[in-house]
Amino acid sequence: MSASSGALRSSLNIGARRSQRLAQAMQRWPVSVRVAAGVLGVLVVVALLANVIVPLDDTAVDLDRVLDGPSAAHLMGTDEVGRDLFARVLHGFRISLTIAVLAALAAVTVGTLVGVLAGTMGGKVDALVMRVTDVFASQNHFLFGILLLVLFRPALGGAGAVMLAVGLTHWPSLARIVRGELMSLRERPFVSAAIGGGASRWRLARRHYLPHLMPAVGLAFVLTVPHAVFHESAYSFLGLGLPAHEASLGNILADGQRSLLAGGWWIALFPGLAILTAAMTIGTLAEYWREHLHPRWRSELEL
Amino acid sequence: MVKLITRRLAVLPLILLAVATVTFALTEISPFDPVEAYVGAENNVSAERKAEIAHAWGFDQPVYEKFGRWIYNLAQGDMGNSIVAGGQPVAGEIASRASASIALVGGALALVLAGGLVFGVLAAAFRGTLFDWLVRTLCYFNTAAPSFWIGLLALYVFSIELGWLPAGGTSDPRAVEAGGVDLEHLILPMVILALTQYAWFTLFVRNTMLEILREDHVQFARAQGIGELAVLLRYALPNALIPFVTLIGTHLAELIGGTILIESIFGWPGLGLLALDAARSEDIPMIVGITLCASVLVVLGNLLADVTYRIIDPRVREATT
Repeated sequence: MSASSGALRSSLNIGARRSQRLAQAMQRWPVSVRVAAGVLGVLVVVALLANVIVPLDDTAVDLDRVLDGPSAAHLMGTDEVGRDLFARVLHGFRISLTIAVLAALAAVTVGTLVGVLAGTMGGKVDALVMRVTDVFASQNHFLFGILLLVLFRPALGGAGAVMLAVGLTHWPSLARIVRGELMSLRERPFVSAAIGGGASRWRLARRHYLPHLMPAVGLAFVLTVPHAVFHESAYSFLGLGLPAHEASLGNILADGQRSLLAGGWWIALFPGLAILTAAMTIGTLAEYWREHLHPRWRSELEL
Repeated sequence: MVKLITRRLAVLPLILLAVATVTFALTEISPFDPVEAYVGAENNVSAERKAEIAHAWGFDQPVYEKFGRWIYNLAQGDMGNSIVAGGQPVAGEIASRASASIALVGGALALVLAGGLVFGVLAAAFRGTLFDWLVRTLCYFNTAAPSFWIGLLALYVFSIELGWLPAGGTSDPRAVEAGGVDLEHLILPMVILALTQYAWFTLFVRNTMLEILREDHVQFARAQGIGELAVLLRYALPNALIPFVTLIGTHLAELIGGTILIESIFGWPGLGLLALDAARSEDIPMIVGITLCASVLVVLGNLLADVTYRIIDPRVREATT
């Protein structure tokens, strides 16, 4: 049956059907999800096209306009050397989101690999791998991430070390889910049937295991992104993440801390609002997606 | 109960051993050079001198020997010597900074519990009203907003603009050490640290209360004509408290991680600030030491949660003893 429906699907235009299905699904979205999707979409597009639409220079120094409050000329004011904060926050958002997406990808990769390793090998390998997972899971993400940053920053640079720090701290919950899912899949009749039908390991993995694991992996990825944004900005804010000259949101917040005493509240306010908006919109979308995929994951996927 | 406690405490060294092994493995894998970190980036220390330092600290020994010595020393409470503490033992420095962190985390935990309970119960009691909506919206806002950002804004508003509270630090670190907590300096960091966790608790209490309010024994109490306040406090709340207790253990770890950011912003001289100083000076023994201490605290926190769980829930107690 799966072979004939597969042939049918490939004969149709899958792309068109998918977009049609997406459009239908969007009509059912509650208002909050629509708003979140819209805001996030606008933010991402604006951040990606920051230089293309409006030629905003985030490095132009204007010493006549040092620490100017928000105005029509500078929507978010200027910083301690007269750079336009709006341009800096847009660039910072792009840098932070890129690093966060890559870091979340790293975490999901580690989690999936460990879960597959434990779930397919079983026995002693499984026991050992899961004990190591327990050790990582019991660590505080932030503190353990700092240890990783200090150890690997000289070799990997700021951005690479942040990705590693997030990637090596945010994987245990996904690894457990993937392992559990694999273990239950192995016992299902359709898998036994496939094995009995002579399916190769590769075919088994691709046709039967992967489609069942994808929702958990995809959701873990989306849920990790806001965490990664927070970690990057927090590490950079403390001076342990990206080098100070790279305008990530965390580095701008560190500028903001220095300017507080001089009354420059806007430098601290706006980059934080960017983080908040990203976290809230992605969180709303992920939560809606999770409810539709698998209500049980609420407790297990607590990152 | 005693069996549970002794069994869990017996596992504690094993957990520490596992954490120590993982951190050791990471330092061995990483290309990080502790001698370079010790002499500083720009230095004219000769290669021979560096080799001498490496030899004096035992860095040139084979891996298994280093690992054995590290575990052996650890078993005796020796976590090595710290760079930020001027070459003094890590353990002593951590002990001298602990009281400031205990005051901060303890105060924050008390605030989280009190605030979470009050607002969670009230939101459940007034579900669907503007108050409920306000509590939930603030909670969602709170989980998404970075704690250090809220800390910066609070610092600006309450210390710089209004001048109500001191901008940071404590007037006398030794006063904290001696047990006399400097409340005026503690308020802002304590409240902001509490804010990092209170949203989870509030939403959790609200949702558990809503579930319990639908249960039969609550309906029965209402049918008997018992007032709504008594129903809430005597029939629903005790049941909502049970799962609430287990959360304290897990969120203790988050509070400890949160102190790094909060203590850095407010200059509170606890373990978080020590961890940050250590990270900035690439002081690996100190960071590993604090990581180990945090692991112990998490285990103890979970144990405390389990013990409390048994004390307050007769069903669990009878099922296991």
